[in-house]
Amino acid sequence: MYVADSRASTPASADGAVRPLAGRRRAAIAPTVLALGTVSLVTDVSSEMVTAVLPLYLVSGLGLSPLGFGLLDGIYNGFSAVVRLVGGHLADRGGGRHKWVAGFGYGVSAVCKPLLLVAHSLTPIGLVLAADRTGKGLRTAPRDALISLSSTTESRGRAFGVHRAMDTAGALLGPLVAFLILRATVDGYDAVFTVSFCVAALGVLVLVLFVPGGRGEAVADERPTLRGAVGLLRRRGLRRIAVCALLLGLATVSDSFVYLLLQRRLGVPDRWFALLPLGTAASFLLLAMPLGWLADRVGRWAVFVAGHGALLVAYALLLTAWRGSPLPYVVLALHGAFYAATDGVLMAAASDGVPKALRSSGLALVQTGQALARFACSLLFGAAWTVWGDRAALAGAATALVVCVVFSVVVRPKGAVPA
Amino acid sequence: MTVRGRILILLAAVAVLAAVGLASVLHASARADRRNHTQAGGPRVTTGTVTLTGRGRMVFRNMAWGPHRDELTTVPADDPSGPRTASGLKCLRFYAASGTGVCLQAVHGTVSDTYRALVLDARLRTEHRYDVPGIPSRARISPTGHFAAWTAFVGGDSYAGTNFSTRTAIVDTRSGELIPSLEDFRVVEDGHPYRAADANFWGVTFAADDRTFYATLATRGRTHLVRADLRARTVTMLHANVECPSLSPDGTRIAYKKRVKGLPKDAPWHLYVLDLRTMRETPLAEPRSVDDQAVWRDARTVVYALPGDYGADLYQVPADGSGAARRISTAAVSPAYVG
Repeated sequence: MYVADSRASTPASADGAVRPLAGRRRAAIAPTVLALGTVSLVTDVSSEMVTAVLPLYLVSGLGLSPLGFGLLDGIYNGFSAVVRLVGGHLADRGGGRHKWVAGFGYGVSAVCKPLLLVAHSLTPIGLVLAADRTGKGLRTAPRDALISLSSTTESRGRAFGVHRAMDTAGALLGPLVAFLILRATVDGYDAVFTVSFCVAALGVLVLVLFVPGGRGEAVADERPTLRGAVGLLRRRGLRRIAVCALLLGLATVSDSFVYLLLQRRLGVPDRWFALLPLGTAASFLLLAMPLGWLADRVGRWAVFVAGHGALLVAYALLLTAWRGSPLPYVVLALHGAFYAATDGVLMAAASDGVPKALRSSGLALVQTGQALARFACSLLFGAAWTVWGDRAALAGAATALVVCVVFSVVVRPKGAVPA
Repeated sequence: MTVRGRILILLAAVAVLAAVGLASVLHASARADRRNHTQAGGPRVTTGTVTLTGRGRMVFRNMAWGPHRDELTTVPADDPSGPRTASGLKCLRFYAASGTGVCLQAVHGTVSDTYRALVLDARLRTEHRYDVPGIPSRARISPTGHFAAWTAFVGGDSYAGTNFSTRTAIVDTRSGELIPSLEDFRVVEDGHPYRAADANFWGVTFAADDRTFYATLATRGRTHLVRADLRARTVTMLHANVECPSLSPDGTRIAYKKRVKGLPKDAPWHLYVLDLRTMRETPLAEPRSVDDQAVWRDARTVVYALPGDYGADLYQVPADGSGAARRISTAAVSPAYVG
């Protein structure tokens, strides 16, 4: 078993988990990471419960046409990316308020659930969802900073892997819970929203009780300012990571397009269409921890780039003439492997290049760049699909991905740069 | 605080939250139970035979509480609020013409619900069965009974996913041959081919020639009335800002919902009638926002649903813009005039 010597390598960690338990060897995964994983698991159960029933609720429960939502969706996405930067910055100010900023984000999302009980038309429901996303945007960077700060440099990839696996498990459980409630009640949307709130409240409570605050420890040479946060990009390691994440993000076709292509290429029956995301999630869940561990061994950047290689293989399979029955499983497994090799691993890799005092801002910067790039890719891909058709659009995306992967291999950040 | 203290607080909170959650589930399930009991003052519903060829009748989904909730039900067309005869067949959406019906229903599975479309003969026996890829919203049968169409909302699978799209299918009820999505039809705008990956179709309404139909096409954030040719598989854009068209029995006018400027975003539609020869629009005398595909009761009257105490109520209004809207039936949706 790999045992992290966290105290030695992270002396000023904002982490209660590395409090040495006298005479005992510490577990490789810090309790803080497990606590944050539990918070994410519980919160994802709560949010995915609502997501799963929302279309049904709008159409059958309220008799609304949900199409109008599509127009607002893009605005929320852009907004959420900016909120992430704000969350990251707030968490760093005053020397590590990560827990409280993350807690506020979780709290905002929790409060949104009962509000759905009273919102009965599109505009208020849209506002509640926007608030929910604001909460998600606020909490993401501080939470990842906490994971990063409470794990050692050597085990960080695995810590993120454990967290992402727990998070995905929650996302898989949520719809199931919602469905069981609907089954037990008939049109019990109010019960779904109420239970969702209870679960979300539990998540906030676990955070408050079991995640250490770590206030005021990390005040160092650099006072966290906005300028300091942006100045992080002057650091070579982080800049390279941010640029590569951005470029790779520009060549990452959004999930819904992948599922649509899969359906078109293979003629996946309509009734299975809704199950395609489950395939990706299951693969992500199973591979997040092993690939995080691998990233710690062979290098995060190597695994991160290899993850995009897996995506490239998936694109290539969609472009070939092969239509064997294993194809959807292979493509979804690769798609999940892509997430497992990139989502947490990128945060682990980025952590190496960011000083502790600015950890949250630095991670937010990378995440925001990546999110905006993916959003831009969606728009470009949609346009290309319209003009040239789905096959040509995918071939274009695959070509762009090859170029970006080669570029990322060439400029890869040299070695780990511990803060 | 000690670990023990924190765990005690957590356990207490879990107990309280679990109790609240359980109470809400029990409350909702008790309410579901109440819905299976007939509400005092509601319409009288009895079991009986429902056919799609009965003379002068309206067939619809009964939404009144009681043992026949959600079943296909019939009343005399000239006494729509009178006693109801229920068939035992549950549908979310329904339509019928010339002795052929289409019923969109939910199939309750163990881990999720799926949806299907049934093509029915005049005695409500299933002739064909198709998977529907999402939540059903619109259903239509051609005046000859030879074609059926339905629309479903597909999507909502990502975090707080609010991107929905529609998928509209058409089936030949004689052969059972299915066109799963209208998106494969060629689109023509002002005589030129128009390509759009974001094309969404919904709300088909058929003409009597078994070849022409009208529908809504949404692309680039706008909606259009399109006329489609089933044999050539083309659709032609005719008029902007039209949703859920409904062709009059003589084939000369379209009743539809139109987004009107200045109305709230969540209730943006008013009912209009478009004359297909002059392309002149006439607003109907219904002041409320209508989110339904209207049905022509006859050449002079359109019928549509509005939200009501038991889900939805049916209203009618003159098709020429005169008069006033009148409620004709409570706790009812998806009407079809048969016979």
